[in-house]
Amino acid sequence: MEITIRNLAKSYGDVAALNDIRLDIASGELLALLGPSGSGKTTLLRAIAGLESVNGGSIHFGDIDATQLSVQERRVGFVFQHYALFKHMDVLDNITFGLRMRKRATRPSKSEIRRRGLELLELVQLKGLEHRFPTQLSGGQRQRVALARALAIEPRVLLLDEPFGALDAKVRRELRTWLRQLHDETGYTTVFVTHDESEAHELADRVVTLQAGQIA
Amino acid sequence: MTPARRYRNALIEPAPVRWLLIGTTLLLLGVFLLLPLVVVFVQAFKAGVDTYVSALADSDTLASIRLTLITAAIAVPLNTLFGVAAAWAITKFEFRGKSILTTLIDLPFSVSPVIAGLVFVLLFGSRGWFGGWLSEHDIKIIFAVPGIVLATLFVTAPFVARELIPLMQGQGTDEEQAALTLGAGGWRMFWHVTVPNIRWGLLYGILLCNARAMGEFGAVSVLSGHIRGLTNTMPLQVEMLYNDPGQYSAAFAVASLLALLGFVTLALKNFLEWRHGDELTAVRGN
Repeated sequence: MEITIRNLAKSYGDVAALNDIRLDIASGELLALLGPSGSGKTTLLRAIAGLESVNGGSIHFGDIDATQLSVQERRVGFVFQHYALFKHMDVLDNITFGLRMRKRATRPSKSEIRRRGLELLELVQLKGLEHRFPTQLSGGQRQRVALARALAIEPRVLLLDEPFGALDAKVRRELRTWLRQLHDETGYTTVFVTHDESEAHELADRVVTLQAGQIA
Repeated sequence: MTPARRYRNALIEPAPVRWLLIGTTLLLLGVFLLLPLVVVFVQAFKAGVDTYVSALADSDTLASIRLTLITAAIAVPLNTLFGVAAAWAITKFEFRGKSILTTLIDLPFSVSPVIAGLVFVLLFGSRGWFGGWLSEHDIKIIFAVPGIVLATLFVTAPFVARELIPLMQGQGTDEEQAALTLGAGGWRMFWHVTVPNIRWGLLYGILLCNARAMGEFGAVSVLSGHIRGLTNTMPLQVEMLYNDPGQYSAAFAVASLLALLGFVTLALKNFLEWRHGDELTAVRGN
């Protein structure tokens, strides 16, 4: 689904965090938001997800005006920088959380939820680890669980905040290649935030650079 | 000098110093903590088990036990609710006056319980601010059960909040935000994500709150009026029996029961620490 952003503005008191952002992201595109810390790239990503309120402008997912929707209604798959996995749930419960939280009318049956969870686990190449807890996983594995959890809700768009920030160089390279493949297989419109220029260019279809809250 | 001696760990004291430190600690623990407890139980059973049982079966004493349990049963749930709400507000939101709220939560810890009791007398007593209105409507707060509950509520207000604030601060809001993006509403997020993350700290806070609710003397003493069989909680009953020369061993019988309640709390608390220590470290680290 394409994302259309017009005149988006956000300020903290007198400080402008985002200034008149205009951005079109094509359906199925893999876009990198690049910029130094404090440039507003994470704020923009969080604004798309609805985790950050904005002062003006609009965000559309296709024809839907997302600015009118709550975080829950936007149905975005968000992967947090430190994964934010639910510590007290095992891997399968983490992945199926979004399905289990649906209202009764739209919630799949228990066996269907389980089936989809296991399917996603296979997609992120963690088959057999469904009963592990997040603390029993490596950084790269946690990242994959977070991604599977975000994909489980069949999101309109996929947003990743510094997806490789907390990983060592080797795992980083592996995951990068793998994420690119996964994107090509699933075709989700994906936006990820990074401060690593080579990573942005190697992975993304297009790189957008932010500088002091503006697209440079 | 032997090699072993040369490479002695810098953090390990010489044996005599070690023994002196350990010995002093044990001695102080024994004299100031263990001995008084032993005395309570020895005195309680001095006149025999029969006297002990009949002392506890006394109707005034039974009434005091009942009142203590009722007070705790009201104060603990209410302060649990208050503690969770306050900790939630302080750790998950930014708002004006937040530091004032944090300070206010600690007020019952820093103010003498007697003052807390007096404040309620000034408010609800016959010559207090609301005294006239209350007597017109025939509502009794001072020297009655509501006053005791109020005093206990005030004194035990900080326990749950104090336990949860550092814990929830350490956890941040990432998991809650993740739950929101995955479609969970506020209430479901709270039950499925927040509560499981704070459950052991919460239980720990409730235990401490309960221990204090049952043991509080000062504030309750000011508000109770010491009416036997009506407004005496267990700690007040102990004091009253103790001051009555004929009831000396009965005083210790009730005291032993109160001490036993404390033991159960401590045992539960230690069990929690042993079983879920890592989840509580955020609490104890603060």
